[in-house]
Amino acid sequence: MDVKMWTYIIVGLTFALYIGIAIWSKAGSTKEFYVAGGGVSPLANGMATAADWMSAASFISMAGLISFMGYDGAVYLMGWTGGYVLLALLLAPYLRKFGKFTVPDFIGDRYYSNTARTVAVICALIVSFTYVAGQMRGVGVVFSRFLEVSIEMGVVIGMIIVLFYAVLGGMKGITYTQVAQYCVLIFAYMVPAIFISIALTGNFLPQLGFGSTLNDGSGMYLLDKLDGLNKELGFAAYTDGSKKMIDVFAITFALMVGTAGLPHVIVRFFTVPKVSDARKSAGYALIFIAILYTTAPAIAAFARTNLLNTVSNKEYALMPDWFKKWEATKLIKFEDKNGDGIIQYVKDKEANELTVDQDIMVLANPEIANLPNWVIALVAAGGLAAALSTAAGLLLVISTSISRDLIKMQINPNISEKKELLYARIAAALAVIVAGYFGIHPPGFVAAVVALAFGLAAASFFPAIIMGIFSKRMNMQGAISGMIVGISLMIYYMLKYKFGTFDGGKDAVAGLQKDWWFGISPEGFGTVAMLANFIVALIVSKLTPPPPAEVQEIVEHIRIPRGAAEAHAH
Amino acid sequence: MSDKNFQQYWKRNLTYLVVLLSVWFLCSYGAGILFKDALNNIRIGGFKLGFWFAQQGAIYCFVIIIFVYVNLMNKLDQEYDVHEK
Repeated sequence: MDVKMWTYIIVGLTFALYIGIAIWSKAGSTKEFYVAGGGVSPLANGMATAADWMSAASFISMAGLISFMGYDGAVYLMGWTGGYVLLALLLAPYLRKFGKFTVPDFIGDRYYSNTARTVAVICALIVSFTYVAGQMRGVGVVFSRFLEVSIEMGVVIGMIIVLFYAVLGGMKGITYTQVAQYCVLIFAYMVPAIFISIALTGNFLPQLGFGSTLNDGSGMYLLDKLDGLNKELGFAAYTDGSKKMIDVFAITFALMVGTAGLPHVIVRFFTVPKVSDARKSAGYALIFIAILYTTAPAIAAFARTNLLNTVSNKEYALMPDWFKKWEATKLIKFEDKNGDGIIQYVKDKEANELTVDQDIMVLANPEIANLPNWVIALVAAGGLAAALSTAAGLLLVISTSISRDLIKMQINPNISEKKELLYARIAAALAVIVAGYFGIHPPGFVAAVVALAFGLAAASFFPAIIMGIFSKRMNMQGAISGMIVGISLMIYYMLKYKFGTFDGGKDAVAGLQKDWWFGISPEGFGTVAMLANFIVALIVSKLTPPPPAEVQEIVEHIRIPRGAAEAHAH
Repeated sequence: MSDKNFQQYWKRNLTYLVVLLSVWFLCSYGAGILFKDALNNIRIGGFKLGFWFAQQGAIYCFVIIIFVYVNLMNKLDQEYDVHEK
């Protein structure tokens, strides 16, 4: 059977599974729609969190990025996993004890102010919308590449699927589909990795394989070989990297803190029955994530070795089939500048003749390693699972923000549960359509903004939640001014140094790099903006009256686990 | 729960947090970034140690830290009788 047939079968089967689960787990109440009734086991929640968290970017792009960045790729590996420690230790158990449905719920109640609630809702919408548009785009790209439909058609198919199970099942439907999606995506990621690890090093565990010796009889360690190859071609040694230490530090920190501040991740911990389950569940989630995240750097090193061995200084005419095939998609480009018919792939921009898109490293890996057709189809299904699960989680945050945080808590508090559920479903449907629109007509900034969504979350939510739990003295004035200063500073820095808005547009960006504050890139600036949030909040709260006694009681109440079930019934 | 007990419980929790977050910082920002170059002189198989921490080790440490905290807190909750039934 050919690849296309296999892809139809495997993708079709997985989609049928997701829809089946959605029908089985239809939400009947707002509590089921928002937090799956609060009855999800910690293990299932861990798996769902992992699928929710790992997006198309993790699945498709990350290994490729690392393979070009070498050591510097560690910012993603540590940054996107270390946040779970913060979640398990500092946030999840207390927010679970607090026992409401959303992050703006917590901010609004803890800071006894609808202004604080509104600021939180706006931050949640900014973060979630930028993130979800990128996911829909990812769905479109996978569809178009493997099923040969247009990207637009791919986005529309993805929209219909997500619409179906997010609108029908709410959090309950999403949670159980995400469990299935995790299984699909991890299987699809590991199978080619294991095959390639055996082929290159003889070690079946990729995590150990990339620290082993090569299988080619040379007895050389893979990483040593890679360092040598990289240096020969003028790149930095693979295990060294080229970013400044302070920037690596800042980016890693912003990604960690941003992870812990992302509303669609936090809300997952409202779905487990107990406080102790929330802690445990974060641990399970990280195990499931770690399986993929410790495999990615191995894939990166394997793919880099394979690529350099295959193309560097080889005759263009002798390139294998996959090279020609991906050339047709323009993800590989060869321009014979010196006309010698040989591929020169080097650091020096003038002499370099080959450009390779990072996404190829995962998508074309099975072909490069000559794996059977069903594995290639499996990778397509895995990429779709990763993109759909994240999109669904984000859409739920958007619909909840609108139906609960805006309509129920602010505009019409007397609304019936049935009506609220209806509004939640309408909001989810509208959000899917808006996200789909951005997927089809991506504003040029989407890809860039997805990475910055972490900076925005770090600069706004993280400090407000942490101080809400660990400082009884933190008050409304402090938290609101902190959030506003944090997110404004982040947006300003992003506009100035990422988009060149104040200096004549995108072309100015490269020239502004020398003016970066403390040498920190926009991706890492969330760390600075977060510190600014903390400092402003602490100073303002010192100058203004302490929060009322009943709020201080809330803080004491969330610090001990017992009584979480009662808190839920508020 | 009496006020004094509550203060003690919270203090123990904070101590755990400070210790575990220091470990969290050391195995990621320490071993993987700040002291990476020094650690790279040590090799385990094909891995330079600093590089290994940055791309593998830190992640394993994160998982261990969370489960250590889960166990410590489950015991602490029992001890102060604030666990959920």
